[in-house]
Amino acid sequence: MMRFLLTLVAAMTLWVFPATAQQGGPLRLEITEGVIEPLPVAVPDFVADTPAAQDYARNIARVIAADLTGTGLFREIPAEAHISRIASFDSPVQFADWRAINAQALVTGAVSLDGAGRLVARFRIYDVFAGQELGRGQQLVGERDGWRRIAHKVADQVYSRITGEGGYFDSRVVFVAESGPKDQRAKRLAIMDYDGANVQYLTDASAIVLAPRFSPTGDRVLYTSYETGFPRIYLLDVASVGRRALPTMEGTMAFAPRFSPDGRTVLYSLTQGGNTDLFTMDIASGASTRLTTAPSIETAPSYSPDGRQIVFESDRSGTPQLYIMGASGGEARRISFGPGRYGTPVWSPRGDLIAFTKQSKGRFHIGVMRVDGSEERLLTASFLDEGPTWAPNGRVIMFTRETQGAQGEARLYSVDITGRNLRQVPTQGGASDPSWGPLQN
Amino acid sequence: MTYLSKTLILVAGLALAACTNPDRFEDQAGGGLSGGAGLAGSASDPTSPAYFQQAIGDRVLFAVDQSTLSPEAQATLDGQAQWLMSNTDFSAVIEGHADEQGTREYNLALGARRANAVQEYLVSRGVAGNRLRTVSYGKERPIEICSEESCYAKNRRAVTVLSLGAGS
Repeated sequence: MMRFLLTLVAAMTLWVFPATAQQGGPLRLEITEGVIEPLPVAVPDFVADTPAAQDYARNIARVIAADLTGTGLFREIPAEAHISRIASFDSPVQFADWRAINAQALVTGAVSLDGAGRLVARFRIYDVFAGQELGRGQQLVGERDGWRRIAHKVADQVYSRITGEGGYFDSRVVFVAESGPKDQRAKRLAIMDYDGANVQYLTDASAIVLAPRFSPTGDRVLYTSYETGFPRIYLLDVASVGRRALPTMEGTMAFAPRFSPDGRTVLYSLTQGGNTDLFTMDIASGASTRLTTAPSIETAPSYSPDGRQIVFESDRSGTPQLYIMGASGGEARRISFGPGRYGTPVWSPRGDLIAFTKQSKGRFHIGVMRVDGSEERLLTASFLDEGPTWAPNGRVIMFTRETQGAQGEARLYSVDITGRNLRQVPTQGGASDPSWGPLQN
Repeated sequence: MTYLSKTLILVAGLALAACTNPDRFEDQAGGGLSGGAGLAGSASDPTSPAYFQQAIGDRVLFAVDQSTLSPEAQATLDGQAQWLMSNTDFSAVIEGHADEQGTREYNLALGARRANAVQEYLVSRGVAGNRLRTVSYGKERPIEICSEESCYAKNRRAVTVLSLGAGS
């Protein structure tokens, strides 16, 4: 049974399968603090069943491999090392050849174009050492220009079948694309795949735009714009790129919006007479309700996944700290107690953790803590890290990192909630304020 | 030349400078207009926006994370209040700003506090509240771009930006 076990080098927790549970059990990678030895996976080019599918067959395999290795949990065994070739999708797999190069998982697939010119992709995932399929093969059909999504969906299946956790590759990120010098920075709303591909601009650079937030289903985006000269919240429909300003009171500023989990309510900050408090707005009616009345700054609110609680930032104690209160306001309890200043808390989609920005001793950090404020862990450190957003599965956080000095520039980074696998998300120019959308259907 | 015709010429000049907001008077440092302060009239003319910007001072600075007005800031604002009360054709938007140390959201709220502190002070000195509006840019519009305290000190500011019109 040992052959089922992945090589896990444990830093903090060693997770081991009970041998008795392994009767024909699946290849499984438990993501814990201890996983630092990536699982070797082989992703040979998919088989092109029709000549026109040749490029797709290769490119889809490349994107799958990039998705998997990008997690830091998998290591790809390069094609040059492969002994077997997958010449036909339905031929038996020569497991011995894959074992010989220590591939623990194998992903095979075939691509063809159907009569309507659509891509048809089939794939199978193998547990090489068990010599059997891991789950069932599947077929995906999509438009040709959606080939990357097909690859992401396959990779999501590989990831979830091996880790037992939901995937996050077939998802999009809405963010602010930045250009120009620091004192005249142009900002545009943009949307892209989670890996930086397929960038589409949603606004022009005529007004400052800030902090877009995806709706729970990814169909709409809330953001703040200075279009009128004063910050206001706008609601944008992703498919049509149509947008409208949400109602506001003259002489106020509205910003830091977030959707409620049911997508019907906007939770936001409103500044009136220099004082910033939290409000909700019913999107359909435009009616706002005040949640806080303190003379301190209350901002950066985020709902719990069940919509019953709100975590937010307040300087009521003298410095910005994190607080949790009920969704309709009322008494709040402070959850951050470490030295430093805390901001932009975001509740994880699993409900167990709060991600935040922390400023301490002249450095910025992205961190996570439990909902009760315990087990605070800082995942990053730099001149300026801020604005965390969660991957749909709650395992990865994306954020803004801005470099120091006159030439300073903002870029997007992602990091695992264990603090490992810090990576820059490729964007053409500067980028900030990411909001990670849900897994797509 | 009367004061009014002078400002009209000035407005025309700004429009020619291809600005989207021709009623706004701000020097280059404020990030609004390009072309220099000369467009806002002569600084030797005490009724000109240029005089307001340069001779009186259109901005006050703040300590880290603070929105309280220093004695120096109050002196500048006394001058602003006096000017506004004798030049009633103008209204103003007070722009609050923060340095880059801080999150985007907090800095927006902090900039709003600073702008509000200026507004309240000007009103306390007799300027009609309906001639003043406030807005915060947080850390979005620094005028100095280094990441040192020397730059941060100038970015923690509230700028009184004049525009033609008697207010709402």
